[in-house]
Amino acid sequence: MLSKRIIACLDVRDGKVVKGVNFEGLRDAGDPAALARRYNGDGIDEIVILDVTATLESRQARANTIAAVAREIFLPLTVGGGIRNEDDAAAAIEAGADKISLNSAALDNPKLITTLASRYGSQAVIVAIDAKAIRLKADTTVRYEVFARSGQTAANRDAVEWAQQATAMGAGEILLTSIDRDGTKVGFDCELTAAVSDAVNIPVIASGGAGTFDHFAEVFTAGHADAALAASIFHFNEKSVSDLKQFLAALAIPVRK
Amino acid sequence: MIALVDYGAGNLTSVRKALAAIGAQVWTPTVAGELGRAHGIIVPGVGHFDSTRRLSEAWRTAIKTMVDDGVPLLGICVGLQWLFEGSEEAPGVPGLGCFAGSCMLLGTRSRPQALKPPSPLKVPHVGWNSLSIPRPARLTSGVDDQTQVYFTHSYAAPVIDDTVAICEYGVPFSAAVERGNVAAVQFHPEKSGDAGLKILVNWFHGVK
Repeated sequence: MLSKRIIACLDVRDGKVVKGVNFEGLRDAGDPAALARRYNGDGIDEIVILDVTATLESRQARANTIAAVAREIFLPLTVGGGIRNEDDAAAAIEAGADKISLNSAALDNPKLITTLASRYGSQAVIVAIDAKAIRLKADTTVRYEVFARSGQTAANRDAVEWAQQATAMGAGEILLTSIDRDGTKVGFDCELTAAVSDAVNIPVIASGGAGTFDHFAEVFTAGHADAALAASIFHFNEKSVSDLKQFLAALAIPVRK
Repeated sequence: MIALVDYGAGNLTSVRKALAAIGAQVWTPTVAGELGRAHGIIVPGVGHFDSTRRLSEAWRTAIKTMVDDGVPLLGICVGLQWLFEGSEEAPGVPGLGCFAGSCMLLGTRSRPQALKPPSPLKVPHVGWNSLSIPRPARLTSGVDDQTQVYFTHSYAAPVIDDTVAICEYGVPFSAAVERGNVAAVQFHPEKSGDAGLKILVNWFHGVK
């Protein structure tokens, strides 16, 4: 049976892993290669490197960080942050990335999804969507608004519609982050995740809010997620990946042993 | 020396890294004529079956000649699919035909009944899935039944007599095939942790 994936995210700035809350207030969590080595030994299924400031400073994801992490693992490695064009993607892939995660660049230029999918295959192209729940006073329904540039700019798009469009353009996976939940440890936004996951026929990686093992179980069941990504919960040695997997397996959620 | 055939189908960095880790020496031949000095050949591939179109008649002939001479060949992912007769992903592009059958789209859109799953499934099939090992084979030597490996693909090859590992995603498909000196895997051994490296080592042991 296809396992639900547990993915560790390394938010990198200046070659160091950092982690903030609601996309702000970054704190140092250490050396990316050392963390990757620890997660690999602990049974992580994939690693994502996000250069969290790359887009803001218009610089390319650091090739040496990618190479240092790639040396440590024989697992799928995704790189995002600052992938603005085909050259940025090529540089990250040359350095050892298996998949590229596009965010702001895909919003600005959706054709980039198709270009990269044609060149590397859809399986190499992840579209990252950062979404915020918008509740209108007169209305009990929730809309999910997409934000670009590390959550700073409203993209004036609906998350579900954008996920569908990205899929049609050739995305192989959606990395869906709840800005409201990012770093809060109050749980994934299962409503958001299920809404997107049910609307597309490609895997959806849920992100933002992991705090307990129950949160993972919830997002894999109620949230219909195919994979769950977390950062802080693993970085500071709060929880181990192997304990998480044992917990999920006991609930009959399929995980890689 | 292992010839890693680069026909522009995506990224070879991970494959190179994994081969280096198991002590294999690798080069990427630039013309088909160079293949003659290979002790083993790997046809990798991610992406679209159509990209195998770039393996021109010269490459096809060179690879076939080496296979006939007993040189070990390993296909990975689209490389496996290419060793079958073709794929509905690119109907006009022939595979090498080492293995019988054609590759079909996973999920509900598959026309032939054989690969039609009972319920809609997300395609591509991405992630760690388990191998059923129907009989002992070189490639899977020392690999436990139900070992999990990393897949990422939308098309798959049918289960045939040469299938040595079966994976199931809606329907059973060939996760690994082996006949004589020709072997192939649908998953990515270079991204499948220790289990993947073990399978690469098994293949590499057959390379003189």
